[in-house]
Amino acid sequence: MSPIGSETNPLRVAIIGAGPTGFYAAGHLLDQKKIVVELDMFERLPTPFGLVRYGVAPDHQKIKSVTKVFDKIASNPRFRFYGNVELGQHLSVAELCQFYHQIIYTTGAQTDKRMGIPGEDLQGSHPATEFVAWYNGHPDFRDYQFDLSQESVAVVGVGNVAVDVARILCRTREELLKTDIADYALEALSQSRVKEVHILGRRGPAQAAFTNPEVKELGEMADTDAFTLADEVKLDPLSEAAMAASADRATARKVEILQSYAHRQPTGKSRRLMLRFLVSPLELTGNEQGQVTAMKLVQNELYATESGSLRPRATDRYETLPVGLVFRSIGYNGVPLPDVPFHHKWGVILNQSGRVVDETHQQPVVGQYTAGWIKRGPSGVIGTNKPDALETVECMLADLAEGVTLQPENSSPDAAAAFIAQKQPNYFSYADWLKVDEIEIARGQAVGRPRIKFVMAEEMAAAIGKPLK
Amino acid sequence: MKVQLILATKVKGVITITPEKSLQDAAALLTQHGIGAVVVVNPASQLIGILSERDIIREMAQNPQLSSQTVDQVMTQTVITGTPEDDIYSIAHLMTEHRFRHLPILEDGNLIGMISIGDIMKAQRDMYRGEVNTLEMQLLADDD
Ligand SMILES: Cc1cc2nc3c(=O)[nH]c(=O)nc-3n(C[C@H](O)[C@H](O)[C@H](O)COP(=O)(O)OP(=O)(O)OC[C@H]3O[C@@H](n4cnc5c(N)ncnc54)[C@H](O)[C@@H]3O)c2cc1C
Ligand SMILES: NC(=O)c1ccc[n+]([C@@H]2O[C@H](COP(=O)([O-])OP(=O)(O)OC[C@H]3O[C@@H](n4cnc5c(N)ncnc54)[C@H](OP(=O)(O)O)[C@@H]3O)[C@@H](O)[C@H]2O)c1
Repeated sequence: MSPIGSETNPLRVAIIGAGPTGFYAAGHLLDQKKIVVELDMFERLPTPFGLVRYGVAPDHQKIKSVTKVFDKIASNPRFRFYGNVELGQHLSVAELCQFYHQIIYTTGAQTDKRMGIPGEDLQGSHPATEFVAWYNGHPDFRDYQFDLSQESVAVVGVGNVAVDVARILCRTREELLKTDIADYALEALSQSRVKEVHILGRRGPAQAAFTNPEVKELGEMADTDAFTLADEVKLDPLSEAAMAASADRATARKVEILQSYAHRQPTGKSRRLMLRFLVSPLELTGNEQGQVTAMKLVQNELYATESGSLRPRATDRYETLPVGLVFRSIGYNGVPLPDVPFHHKWGVILNQSGRVVDETHQQPVVGQYTAGWIKRGPSGVIGTNKPDALETVECMLADLAEGVTLQPENSSPDAAAAFIAQKQPNYFSYADWLKVDEIEIARGQAVGRPRIKFVMAEEMAAAIGKPLK
Repeated sequence: MKVQLILATKVKGVITITPEKSLQDAAALLTQHGIGAVVVVNPASQLIGILSERDIIREMAQNPQLSSQTVDQVMTQTVITGTPEDDIYSIAHLMTEHRFRHLPILEDGNLIGMISIGDIMKAQRDMYRGEVNTLEMQLLADDD
C-alpha cells in the first residue's frame, strides 16, 4: 500500500469540535504541500464556529467576521463537516479509531468555574457561561430563565467575559436591536428592570484581566453611566512599583481610564455600572423562597508572593451589597471526553505540546492530539488558538513522519460517511450550514439587523427544507 | 495570563535529583532530558535546592575536580518558587531581575512542575501573535 499521506492513501484526520481551533488545525493541515490530507470535522451542534457564534458578544459583530476565514478552509474539497454529531453520544473514540489515522480534540471549555462560597446555588445566582450562551441563542440554553425584574446585579470577576455580561445587561433595546442577540433574549432584556450592575474584582485595577478597548466601551453606553471608586482605583505601592518596573503602557492606560471613571458625574442616564476592585464575595444570602437578596463582601489588600505576583488578602473590613441576581464570571472550565485522559483540576486534556498522554506514564497515546482551550485552558482571544493549533499539527506531522499513527481498518471517506449517517442520520453538512447562514442573514437584513439566529436544529432543518429522520 | 496555562501542555511532574549524587550524574540527567536545571529533593521529596547548568559551569571555572563533587555542594539553596496561579508577567519580571531561568512550581506544597524563561517567552509570543492574528483576520474579512 502507498504511504499514508499520498494521493492514493491520504492522511485521514478527525477533528472534534468546530470552534476556531478546529478550523485553524484544519487550515494548517490543508496547507501541507507534501502530504495529502482529508479532514472530517465533527461538531455536537448543527452549526460551526463554537464560541464565535455562542460566546462572542452580539454587539461585537466585527470580530465575528473571522468566520470568513473559516468558510474558506471549509470550501476545500478535502474537508467535510458533520454537524449535530457529538463524540460520546453518537460516536466513540474506539469507533473513530476504525476510520482515521489521527484524531484531534478541539472541544473548548464547556462549563464554568465555581466560587466555592455559601449561597452560590441560591436562585438568581448563575454562571456567566449560561447567560452568555442564552443571549447568544445556544440551543442547550434556550429555556433558561434569568430574573431581570431585579434592580441590582453583581458580576463576579473582571475579565472580558464579565465585561460582556455587564454590557449586555446595560444596553438599551435600541442598542440591542443592532445585534444578532437571540430574539427571546432581546425581548427579555427589553423588559429588564436592572438599574445597577456591580462588576467585582478581587485584586486592583492594574491586575484586571479585561482589555482597554473593552473597558473604554463601558464608559460609552447610551443609557448607562460607568463609575469607579477613587480609593479602589488608586494604585497601592506594590502595584505602582510593579508597573514602574515593567513599563507596560497598556496597563498604565487601563489604570488611567479606570481612574477617570472615579471623577465622573452622573449624567441622568437610567442605569449605573460600578466597577469595583479589591473585594471578594464571601457569601450569598437569600430570602425564604431561596432567592438571593444580598452578597457579603470582604475588602482585600494586595501582597506580593515569593515570586512577585500580587495576590489578594482579606482584611477585616466587610460590606453587604443588596443584589437580586449574581453572575459568576471567574473563568470557563473544560469537561472530559469519554476515554480521553483528563486533568480534572485544571479542566484540560492531559497532553504534552498537544500530544495526548496517558494518565499513568504520561506517554503519548498513539494518534490522539488536542488543541485550543481544551488543551491549554480557557484563556486567549480567537487568534491565540492559531499558534496553539500549529504546535499540535507539527506534532502530528512529526509522528506521521515516524510512522506513528492509528491503523484504521477502513480509511475510505465513504465508509466513514456511511457509518456516521447510520449513527446520526440527522447530521448537518457544511452546505446545510451555508443555507442556514444565508437565511439568517436575510431575515436580519429585512429588519436592519446583522442576522436573526435560528436556535434549535429542528427550526434550521425546516428553514432549509431538510427532512429530519 | 497565569502560569497554569504553561503547565497545562507540559509533562506533569519534575525531574529531580538527590543531594548526595555527583555532578557527573547531574550533568548526565540534564543532557538525557534536554533540560537546563534540575530540582534537588530530600528523601521526603521536599525541595531543598536547584542545580542549573550555570551552577555547574561556575563551579567548573574554579574547581577542576568537578565531577566528583556532590550536587549539594554546588546547588543553589535559596530557591524561589511559584504557583500555577502566578501571573506570567510577574514571573518574566522576576527572572529578568534576579537573572535566573528556571522556576519550580508548587501546588499545595507539592512540586508539580518547572517553567523556564523559554516557556515564558513562548507564552508571551503566542499571546501577542494571537492578538495580531485576530486583528489581521478582521482586516482581511473587511477587504472582501
Ligand atoms: C463569552 C466569550 C466571549 C469571547 N469574546 C471574544 C472576542 O470578542 N474576541 C476574541 O478574540 N475572543 C473572544 N473570546 C475567546 C474565543 O472565543 C476563544 O479563544 C475561542 O473560541 C476558543 O476556541 P476553541 O475552538 O478552543 O473552543 P470553542 O470555541 O469553545 O469551540 C469548541 C467546539 O467544540 C464543540 N464540542 C464540544 N464538545 C464536543 C463533542 N463531544 N463532540 C463534538 N463537538 C464538541 C463545541 O460545541 C464547540 O463548538 C470569547 C470567549 C468567551 C467565552
Ligand atoms: N472582547 C474580547 O476580546 C474578549 C471577550 C471575551 C473573552 N475574551 C477572552 O476569553 C478569555 C476568557 O475570558 P474570561 O473573562 O472568562 O477569563 P479571564 O480573562 O481569565 O478573567 C477571569 C477573571 O476572574 C477572576 N477570578 C478568578 N477566580 C476568582 C475568584 N475565585 N474570585 C474572584 N475573582 C476570580 C480573575 O481574577 P484574578 O486575575 O485575580 O485571578 C479574572 O479577573 C480571555 O482570554 C479573554 O480575553 C476576549
